[in-house]
Amino acid sequence: MSLLEITDLQVGFDTEDGLVQAVRNISLTLDEGEILALCGESGCGKSVTAMSVPRLLPPGTTRLSGSIRLDGRELTTLPESEMRKVRGKTVSVVFQEPMTSLNPSFTVGYQIAEVLRRHEGLSRQAAAKRAVELLELVGIPAPARRVKEYPHQLSGGMRQRVMIAIAVACSPRVLIADEPTTALDVTIQAGVLDVFRDLRDRLGTAIILITHDLGVVADIADRAVVMYAGRAVEQAPVAELFARPRHPYTLGLMNALPSAAVNGRLAEIPGMVPSPLSDPDQCAFSDRCPYAQADCRASRPPLERQGAGHLAACFHPGGQS
Amino acid sequence: MLWFILRRCGSAILVLFLSSVLIFLGIRALPGDPATVMAGQEASPAAVEAIRKEFGLDKPLPAQYLDYVGQTLTGNLGRSTQDQLPVIDILAERIPVTLELSALAMLVAIVVGVGAGIVAAVRRGKFADYVATGFGLAGLSVPHFWLGLLGILLFAVTWQVLPASGYVPFTEDPAENLKRMILPAIVLGTGFAAILMRQTRSAMLGALSADYVRTARSKGLPEAKVVGAHALRNSLTTVVTVLGLQLGALISGAVVTEQIFVIPGFGKLTVDAVLTRNYPVIQAVVLVTVIGYVVVNLLVDIAYAFLNPRIRLSGGSHD
Repeated sequence: MSLLEITDLQVGFDTEDGLVQAVRNISLTLDEGEILALCGESGCGKSVTAMSVPRLLPPGTTRLSGSIRLDGRELTTLPESEMRKVRGKTVSVVFQEPMTSLNPSFTVGYQIAEVLRRHEGLSRQAAAKRAVELLELVGIPAPARRVKEYPHQLSGGMRQRVMIAIAVACSPRVLIADEPTTALDVTIQAGVLDVFRDLRDRLGTAIILITHDLGVVADIADRAVVMYAGRAVEQAPVAELFARPRHPYTLGLMNALPSAAVNGRLAEIPGMVPSPLSDPDQCAFSDRCPYAQADCRASRPPLERQGAGHLAACFHPGGQS
Repeated sequence: MLWFILRRCGSAILVLFLSSVLIFLGIRALPGDPATVMAGQEASPAAVEAIRKEFGLDKPLPAQYLDYVGQTLTGNLGRSTQDQLPVIDILAERIPVTLELSALAMLVAIVVGVGAGIVAAVRRGKFADYVATGFGLAGLSVPHFWLGLLGILLFAVTWQVLPASGYVPFTEDPAENLKRMILPAIVLGTGFAAILMRQTRSAMLGALSADYVRTARSKGLPEAKVVGAHALRNSLTTVVTVLGLQLGALISGAVVTEQIFVIPGFGKLTVDAVLTRNYPVIQAVVLVTVIGYVVVNLLVDIAYAFLNPRIRLSGGSHD
C-alpha cells in the first residue's frame, strides 16, 4: 500500500462567475521516501491538488470530492480538530513565497519552536534548543545567533531554509514543497534541493514537489505527474519521461526548456489554456496540439499505459497518427 | 532599543520647546497691555511702569521667555484670576479626574472595539460581522452629548440604577467613584470603540489573508493561536496608531462628557476658564494638553518598536 493515495480528486471553487473547476479526476500515489514532482504551467491545478492533502484550501468556497488516504486513513472527512494534528506533524508544507510566509513579528527560533511545542510537547527550552539544531540541519551558518533574529534580517534563501526547518521539525511522513526554489537565485536553488534530498535519505520523508521547472524535476524527482487544465496528462518515472515523453504537452514543455546549445528564441506552445469554467468532452490540449486530429476533439483521451509505470492521456502519443 | 527610546525622547523635548515658544508668543500677541489692565484705567504712567518692571515685562522677549520657562519648570504657573488659587494646585486637583475618566473610556474602547473588530474579521460576511459593523457605524455617528443625555435618561431617570451626575474621588469611596464614572466612561469610549473596531477589523482582514497566517495554519496550530497570536500581533501596529491619533478626540470628548455629567475634570476646567477669560489657566491648560500629546505619541512610538521588530532594529525608520 502506498503512503498517500489520492483517488478521483476533484476540486472546484465558488466564484462570482460560477464554479471554477481547478482539479478534475486526479488519481495518484506516493510511496515512502519517494520524491514526486507535480509539474505544469500556472493554473494547471498542481498547487490545488497538493494543498488538498493538508486541507489548506479556503474552507468556505472550496468544493472537494474524491478520496485522499494517508496511511490508509481518509483525510477528506477527518474532523478539523484531528486534521490539525496531521498538519505540521504528518503532512507539512513549504510555501512558495519565502519573503512573506514567515511572520514578521516573531523570531525565526520562535516560529520553529512553535510547531515542536504543538506536536512534540517539548518544553520552551527543549524546543528552542531543537530549533538551533534544525537550522543547522538545513544549512544555516551560525544557527545559535540566527534563531534570535527576525525574518527581515535573513535573505530569501535563508528564509526558505527556515520554512523548511519548520516543515521538517516534526519529521513529517509527507512534505509538500510548493515551488520551493522559484523565488531563489539559481546558486541557492541547488542548496535547497540538496536539503530535500538529504531529508528523504535520512528520514525517509516522501516529498511532493510542485514545480514548473523541468530542470528541478530532472535533478531531484523520482517520478513526475504532468498536469494540464486540471487533469493529469502524463505520469512516469523521471528518466522514462525525459527519454520518451508521450504527451505532446510534455514534449512542448521540454522543447520550451532553454538549452545552452541552441541560440535564439525558445520554442513556445501556441494558443491559450482553456477556461476552467467549461469542460467539453474532448482533449483539453487539442486546440494547441500540433498532432491533433478529429478524434481528439470527439472525445477525451483516457490515461493509458505507455510502458512500465508510464501513463499518458493521448490518442496519438509521441505524435503518431 | 535604548538608543531608539533616547532618540524619540530627544525629538519629544524639541516639540515641547517649540510649543512652549508658541504658547508664550501667543499670549504676548493678545491685544492689550497687561500692565495697563492690572494698574487700572486711572493709573499714572509711573505706576504702569512700576508694574511692568515688577512682572519683568520691560525686559526683551527672549529674557521674558526664559523667565517663563524657569517659572514653568519650577511649577509656578501663576494664579487663577478667578479665585487667586495657584494654577498648579488647580491642575493637580483636576487632571487625575480626567485621567481616570479617559483611562476608563479607553479600557471600554479597547475591550469592546478590538474585541468586536477581531470577531467581525474572523466572521467576515456573517451575522456577527454585520452586527459589529452596524454598531460601529452607529457608534461613530452618535454625538457624545446625545449619547450622554440618553444614558442619563435611561440609567438614571427611567431605571434608576446609576446616578445622573456628580463625582466622588476614588480615594474617598472607590465603589461610589466607579459607579459614577461608568456611564461617562461608556459615553466617552463609544465613539472611540467604533473607530477601533473598524480599524481592527480591516487590519485583521489583511493579516488573516497573509501568507504567514497560512503558514501558521499549516503548522496545525489551533485557530485561537492563528488569530490571537499570528494575525493579531501584526494588526496591533494599526490599532496602536489609531489609539495615539484618537487621544486628541478623547480630550475634546472629555470636555463635553464632563460638562454633561458635571465631573470636575480637566475638560470642565478648560470650558470654565475660556468662559471667564481666565488667561493663566488657559495658558496652563494648553501647555498640559501639549505635554499630554507629546507623551502619548512618545509612548505610541515606543509601543511600535516593541510590536514591530523592523522598527526596533533599524533604529526608527518605518520601513
